[in-house]
Amino acid sequence: MIHVENLTKFYDDFCAVDQINLDIEKGEIIGLLGPNGAGKTTTLRMLTGYFSPSAGDIRIKDLSVHKDPLAIKHLIGYLPESAPLYRGMLVYDYLDHVARIRGLNGDAKERRLRDLAKMCGLRGIMHKTIETLSKGLKQRVGLAHAMMSDPEILILDEPTSGLDPNQIVEIREIIRKIGEEKTVILSTHILSEAEATCDRIVIINKGRIIADGSTEEIKADNAQAGRIRMELVQADFDAVQSRLADIRGIENLEQAPGDDPSRLRIVIDASPHLDPRADIYAAVKETDWVLIDFHQESKTLESIFRELTQEN
Amino acid sequence: MHQALLIFKKEFKDYFISPIAYIVIAIFLFAVGVLFFIDFFALGQVDLRRFFERLPWMFALVVPAITMRLFSEELNVGSYEILLTLPVTFRDIIMGKFLAGVAFVAAILVPTFSYPFCISFLGDLDWGVVIGSYIGALLLGAAYVAIGLFTSSLTRNQIIALILGMLICLTLYVIGLLLFFIPEAIVPVVSFLSSGVHFNNIAKGIVDTRDLLYFISIIFLGLYATHLVMQEK
Repeated sequence: MIHVENLTKFYDDFCAVDQINLDIEKGEIIGLLGPNGAGKTTTLRMLTGYFSPSAGDIRIKDLSVHKDPLAIKHLIGYLPESAPLYRGMLVYDYLDHVARIRGLNGDAKERRLRDLAKMCGLRGIMHKTIETLSKGLKQRVGLAHAMMSDPEILILDEPTSGLDPNQIVEIREIIRKIGEEKTVILSTHILSEAEATCDRIVIINKGRIIADGSTEEIKADNAQAGRIRMELVQADFDAVQSRLADIRGIENLEQAPGDDPSRLRIVIDASPHLDPRADIYAAVKETDWVLIDFHQESKTLESIFRELTQEN
Repeated sequence: MHQALLIFKKEFKDYFISPIAYIVIAIFLFAVGVLFFIDFFALGQVDLRRFFERLPWMFALVVPAITMRLFSEELNVGSYEILLTLPVTFRDIIMGKFLAGVAFVAAILVPTFSYPFCISFLGDLDWGVVIGSYIGALLLGAAYVAIGLFTSSLTRNQIIALILGMLICLTLYVIGLLLFFIPEAIVPVVSFLSSGVHFNNIAKGIVDTRDLLYFISIIFLGLYATHLVMQEK
């Protein structure tokens, strides 16, 4: 559906987006992740046709941004960061204006406005001036604006930034609902958000894609040596060390600090090729130590994100 | 064209939402009214010459104030991004905003129709000249709107757009008054560039294609420059 090829954007000498390649299928919800200044917004702005690329091409349903920018704008609904809507207008007047520009008229327009008001929870605020709205309400008006023509592609730049937890859940539910039929591309730097909402995550850093896939895939790709945590009662560290010393697959074994002196906390770095957990359990079972915790630490998206984006 | 019309409607309506429009109308009418009637009875002539003579000055100050928000505000708030990602072309946007500005200039001229009606009771008024003058005034206003639209597209700061617009509009008018100081060889060129010279021709009731062409050229140049600025962004 969307085919991005060698997309590049220079601001004077600064390269904001550096040869990005990306293919997006219909019906996917894609989360664009990255630290501030990574090139997320620039990429989205090029997708929507607000910026023209310095090099490379974006093709949406066989339309190129270079040749048919207007046709592409018909296909896309876009909500820029922090919803910069016309401040002085009434919510109804604003949505009515957008509906007309999007080619809706008469009954079809009224029906669409009613549907959107219901979907985005705008019924009570239609007669209010946009500048008097709270951030969450403004964001919802922006969402209604983006969905006006029932576009096939919805692009949302940080749709939940600055919202309170309740509003975040509301917006997330709306996005999930839209994503059942439409292609949604959203950017965020809140990782739990991307994990909860998106089918696929693309991590961008310094204008380049450094990871691309579902949350599970990204976790699997970045799972290096696993870390095992163990907690024992009635054991001392030296005994544990000597007992587990011969087990293959253990690369390092350390005592971790803890509040309770009766409990011995141990952290084991395991080799990526050999899982030592079965042997460790067998070794512990032969003693009279009490094993009260034994688990492999899995990497969170957060730690992967930090590793990937902080290399230099 | 349909899209341009929708943008025109929105922009024109916007003028009457904010109080700034009413303030500009009030100041314009007050200043123009005072300047016109202050020596009207002393001169004892039934015509609108004094009014139209002073109009280019007033327009050079007032029209940039009308146009300053057209682009600057959008650039400042960020709604420019929303506008450009709607299915509209640069031409739709420029035409819509330009026509809204011209319509507002026409709207502030409408209350001044009361002057010719009032003074027509005092003696013989040449209505041909009055109508010609109003056409000239609208053309001059449209040219200044095009200039103001251009300066507004340059910056997100409305004050800068205003001052830059005033400067260009005033310069175009004032060079016509300074012909006396200018080397004789370039007088024809300078007088052709002056908005005042062309406006005065039309205001006398003479509609010459040269004068029409001048105003249309200024409008075209202003709008084209705006288009270039938009492309550059």
